[in-house]
Amino acid sequence: MRNAVFAFVLGFGLAGAAVAQHEAGLAPANINPSNTASLQRGAKYFVNYCLGCHSAKYVRYNRLAQDLQLTEQQLVDNLMFTGERPFDTMANAMRPEDSVRWFGTSPPDLSLIARSRGNDYIFNFLRSFYVAPDRPTGVNNTVLPGTAMPHVLWELQGTQRAVFTTDPEHGEAFEGFEMARPGQLSADEFDEVVRDIVSFLDYIGEPIKRERQQLGIRVIGFLLVFLLIAYMLKKEIWKDVK
Amino acid sequence: MASTEADVFDRLGRGFRALGAWIDDRFPMTKLIKEHATEYYASKNFNVWYGFGIIATFVLVLQLVTGIFLTMNYKPSADDAFASVEYIMRDVDWGWLIRYLHSTGASAFFIVVYLHMFRGLLYGSYKKPRELVWIIGMFIYLCLMAEAFFGYLLPWGNMSYWGAQVIVSLFGAVPFIGNDLAEWIRGDFYISDITLNRFFAFHVIAVPLMLVLLVVVHIMALHEVGSNNPDGIEIKEHKGPNGKPIDGVAFHPYHTSKDLVIVIVFLILFSAVVFFAPDMGGYFLEHANFEPANPLQTPEHIAPVWYFTPFYAMLRAVPNKLLGVFLMGAGVLLPFFLPWLDRCRVKSIRYRSWIYKLALGLFAVSFIALGYLGLQFPSDPVVFFCRVFTTLYFAFFLLMPFYTRIEKTKPVPTRVTP
Repeated sequence: MRNAVFAFVLGFGLAGAAVAQHEAGLAPANINPSNTASLQRGAKYFVNYCLGCHSAKYVRYNRLAQDLQLTEQQLVDNLMFTGERPFDTMANAMRPEDSVRWFGTSPPDLSLIARSRGNDYIFNFLRSFYVAPDRPTGVNNTVLPGTAMPHVLWELQGTQRAVFTTDPEHGEAFEGFEMARPGQLSADEFDEVVRDIVSFLDYIGEPIKRERQQLGIRVIGFLLVFLLIAYMLKKEIWKDVK
Repeated sequence: MASTEADVFDRLGRGFRALGAWIDDRFPMTKLIKEHATEYYASKNFNVWYGFGIIATFVLVLQLVTGIFLTMNYKPSADDAFASVEYIMRDVDWGWLIRYLHSTGASAFFIVVYLHMFRGLLYGSYKKPRELVWIIGMFIYLCLMAEAFFGYLLPWGNMSYWGAQVIVSLFGAVPFIGNDLAEWIRGDFYISDITLNRFFAFHVIAVPLMLVLLVVVHIMALHEVGSNNPDGIEIKEHKGPNGKPIDGVAFHPYHTSKDLVIVIVFLILFSAVVFFAPDMGGYFLEHANFEPANPLQTPEHIAPVWYFTPFYAMLRAVPNKLLGVFLMGAGVLLPFFLPWLDRCRVKSIRYRSWIYKLALGLFAVSFIALGYLGLQFPSDPVVFFCRVFTTLYFAFFLLMPFYTRIEKTKPVPTRVTP
């Protein structure tokens, strides 16, 4: 009997074992999804730095305002610059033909990037641009080598050089970054900005997440009460079975 | 004359009885209720292992109902499928819940069915007179695999696309007609809108219809022979003066009240996943599937969803594709023959020898290990262990006629133990 319960829990548990796993070599993003101020800042950075090239075509502005506790006026004043209506989704103005001509590829839609790549990946990717004069954009990235994306946040972060060591056995190995020209923000301040962006991307990946978890507590609470009643009913009915 | 409350209930009661009699003259309503519920006797000493049948039935209904609501907003076309799933997740009221119930339900279905089948192995539920119950159950399992495979393409994510590509291409290993066969299944030279449409048709009507019919037949066959029990003895052989099995209790209200408790416990675990970890760290909903299908870009690592990986690992255990596909098919089909492979007369593991306990233990370990290995990148030690556990898996079935014949069993009681 106990074995069966164990096997059952194991069945669900096995698959969940990797839930908390971080991808190797990535610094944890450590976002706080319930920090609304961070989400609001993330929305601002996203609109200012990302939305020029990337769309978030499944995300509606008015849903955003509602979940991020913004009024419609705040929404229109701070996040909507190109004459959209509040119920529109976050499209971008760049035509795919142009982006292919300019960057060699179309920037991916970011609605689900946090779910497909993970928060840690984005957090590290945005911090890992380095100067590479041989690249068309002048930069390369250690997380996604050969990326077509330019270093959009360079004014904030500054520009950094990557230090590689050459080891006869393993070839070139990445050692670390060193700052070439400091930007407007310190390293810690810049990490906070990136964290805000990741928070926002995590939110638009699944806008219902917070509500889902709150509802889950109530559903399981109800089921526990129901379980007690059902168990008492079962005891009563089985009373006469020897 | 003022009618009292008792009067009203009295007249209502007479009305219902008259209605019941009217129906019974035309349809065997009362007869069916008696045969399958109030006078269907099952052993009173069922343990938790006997709960997975009712949970599987519950999950089947859950999948059917959530599936109907998903179909109302899902668009089976290569251009719209991915976006329509996101529409369900974001814009449809409660769409996210319906979708997570359905996606978690798919994995839960397999967990529950695997445990339900393992119960059969523990207590010899496939043995005479329940051979057909087992075989019909195996057909249900095949349908379930088909249903899961067809359904997995529908979100039209990149893993859906490449997973379907890999599995359909397995048919290409069949000699002579392989490539034509794969093309016939796809309806195109590659996985396309045409494939998506036909998989949708199979997923929402053809296979569910078969599943429901088979489940009805499974239960009819079971109720004909009666349920087994953890002692593996026939309760029908000991009847009381009233002609009812002494060790049995009526399905309703006894087992139904117990099953309610079991289903609620299941729902608590199920809700924990649905509300707190619906992707299960990438095992129930894979990360690569949050990118739309892209015929030009393969995901970094393609593996089927976890419930197929034990058989996928068998495929990878051999270097020859045709032999691999053959092994995989044999691995799925061998359990059909269990009723005749097992030569031991004793049903329950409680009274069987250490030989069977060891064999069953090794089998369980092999199955779980193969499932794990099927998810890994096929590097050197992975392939080696795939071979070890594939051998053990097949040895369990193929050597069974020999090791079960020499078993020294313990005496089986005549009445069920508490």
